[in-house]
Amino acid sequence: MDKFVRLEGLVAPLDRANVDTDAIIPKQFLKSIKRSGFGPNLFDEWRYMDIGQPGRDNSQRPRNPNFVLNQPRYQGAQILLTRKNFGCGSSREHAPWALLDFGFHAVIAESFADIFFNNCFKNGILPIVLPAAELDALFAQVEATPGYKLTIDLERQVVVRPDGKALPFDVDAFRKECLINGWDDIGLTLRHADLIKTFEEKRRIAQPWLFA
Amino acid sequence: MPQTLYDKLWQNHVVHEEADGTALLYIDRHLVHEVTSPQAFEGLKLAGRKPWRVSSVVATADHNTPTNHWDRGIEDEVSRLQVETLDANIREVGALAYFPFKDPRQGIVHVVGPENGATLPGMTVVCGDSHTSTHGAFGCMAHGIGTSEVEHVLATQCLLQKKSKTMLLRVDGKLGKGVTAKDIALAIIGKIGTAGGTGYAIEFGGSAIRSLSMEGRMTLCNMAIEAGARLGFIAVDDVTINYVKGRPFAPKASDWDAAVAYWRTLHSDEGAQFDCVLDLRADDIQPQVTWGTSPEMVVAIDGCVPDPVKEKDPVRREGMERALQYMGLNPNTPIKAIKIDKVFIGSCTNSRIEDLRAAAAVVKGRKVAASVKLALVVPGSGLVKQQAEREGLDKVFIAAGFEWREPGCSMCLAMNADRLEPGERCASTSNRNFEGRQGAGGRTHLVSPEMAAAAAIAGHFADVREII
Repeated sequence: MDKFVRLEGLVAPLDRANVDTDAIIPKQFLKSIKRSGFGPNLFDEWRYMDIGQPGRDNSQRPRNPNFVLNQPRYQGAQILLTRKNFGCGSSREHAPWALLDFGFHAVIAESFADIFFNNCFKNGILPIVLPAAELDALFAQVEATPGYKLTIDLERQVVVRPDGKALPFDVDAFRKECLINGWDDIGLTLRHADLIKTFEEKRRIAQPWLFA
Repeated sequence: MPQTLYDKLWQNHVVHEEADGTALLYIDRHLVHEVTSPQAFEGLKLAGRKPWRVSSVVATADHNTPTNHWDRGIEDEVSRLQVETLDANIREVGALAYFPFKDPRQGIVHVVGPENGATLPGMTVVCGDSHTSTHGAFGCMAHGIGTSEVEHVLATQCLLQKKSKTMLLRVDGKLGKGVTAKDIALAIIGKIGTAGGTGYAIEFGGSAIRSLSMEGRMTLCNMAIEAGARLGFIAVDDVTINYVKGRPFAPKASDWDAAVAYWRTLHSDEGAQFDCVLDLRADDIQPQVTWGTSPEMVVAIDGCVPDPVKEKDPVRREGMERALQYMGLNPNTPIKAIKIDKVFIGSCTNSRIEDLRAAAAVVKGRKVAASVKLALVVPGSGLVKQQAEREGLDKVFIAAGFEWREPGCSMCLAMNADRLEPGERCASTSNRNFEGRQGAGGRTHLVSPEMAAAAAIAGHFADVREII
């Protein structure tokens, strides 16, 4: 996993609540057995005017000019700004994979769905929760300012606006450490392999039916 | 100190706890399907790691499998590769049980686990699928995980977790005729919203919940995730224990008594404290129909499509307007006036034998309306299909004009050939009415099996209570 320490990036606004993972990456692309290549199909049904299929050349497909990510000013965006309950629905990790493959390294929202939130951290994406009033202000600034960038400083736990205002955010200390160091969870857990073995042996005796 | 069921389940699985409360939790059962596992198996191999305990794994192919023409195999090449990749991975690493495509016990992973006794009370159950909350019906701590965590569980038999807050959702009273567990689930989501349970582990309790069958409990817990809660569960009682008894992977002989003795402790203690308690009256719940593109956009069958003009919150109002446009509906339209093109009875929410019996009872002796293009019944598993056929339910559906299909996830998410075409409207017993969920441009209305059957007969939404 790539490290996440500090990010200064162009912001793209997706001004809707309850964006579900089916919208982030539709089901037909879940047939892939790879982790990469989902970026061109991120928000597929909103980005294109036709119905996408896996394995197709997306560069030739008709684009929806009204969809925010198709607007020239948001090309190269690395930070997605959105509303509450982002990533609800299916647990598909293809959703963070698609966001990352497209180029997003952080998502700022009023709230996130639990499974999506968790999946982000496993892929080096930082999901940031900010209060609704701060988001309203950010949406207004993004709309009004072409080339609007934010700086995210994970160590200090702040999002810094171009006008210098710093917006503090919470992040779980353990997850923060993993992101900053690019640590692999599995490697960390396996440091406790002896504890797991001991627990498992006790369990096998106490509740043998679980090990049939 | 009195404990909640969640406290007990949590405590029983903690291998190690860090000072900040991050715990390493032991996983008893790992359900695996073809869509979210290939990258996990690949990751394991690339890192040179071996699975920790393959006897915890129960696997099946369900999302991509076709529901007809099984003699032709899986015609979609990309789908076939994914299913074959699961075959190869399980062949290589092993499993407690694998029910591949066409196996008589193949089916939707959340139907297959319980019916084989692979889901047992008190277990931690995970799967790379958000509807894993289904297994909470057995007093399990069960939730969906992403593919990185599938790999983590394969490699370590554990997950890193922080404890959720607890919510008791109490439904007391008696459900009316024609009102089901699905209607309880939709009514709850309508009340608390799709993010209402975010961060919570929800225990469903109260007399109306206790009087549900295991099938009904699974339907309810299945939809906990649609209320934002990864975990939804119900205390163990006689209904649970009687369901488990005698199933293939249920404890045998002397283990059975010890297991039951433990399972009897799997309830919240008198006086246990929850972070949040909500009460609903079962008597107040009517058959529900969703009108929009989120499960919280739901009304009772005798209601109307709401009017966004009356919504004060601008983000919500815009969401409603967008949903109405997508759904092709006008505000204030009576729900009963909405005509449908297709009907889907199936999915991990509502494809078990009791669901099929209930739908068949509505359909029996009647005909699917001529205006309905396709009415599908997709049993949750091969075993459900066999049982239904023994009871003659297949004949009831076929005589009425339904298609009787092979088991799988099918048109719940349309990864196989079963889908809505753009603009088509469907009465569906599945769990998500998101844009494009059942096919790009498709319009989904979530209902119970009884209400789907009633809509099939009428050609539009109808109150099943006026039919049965």
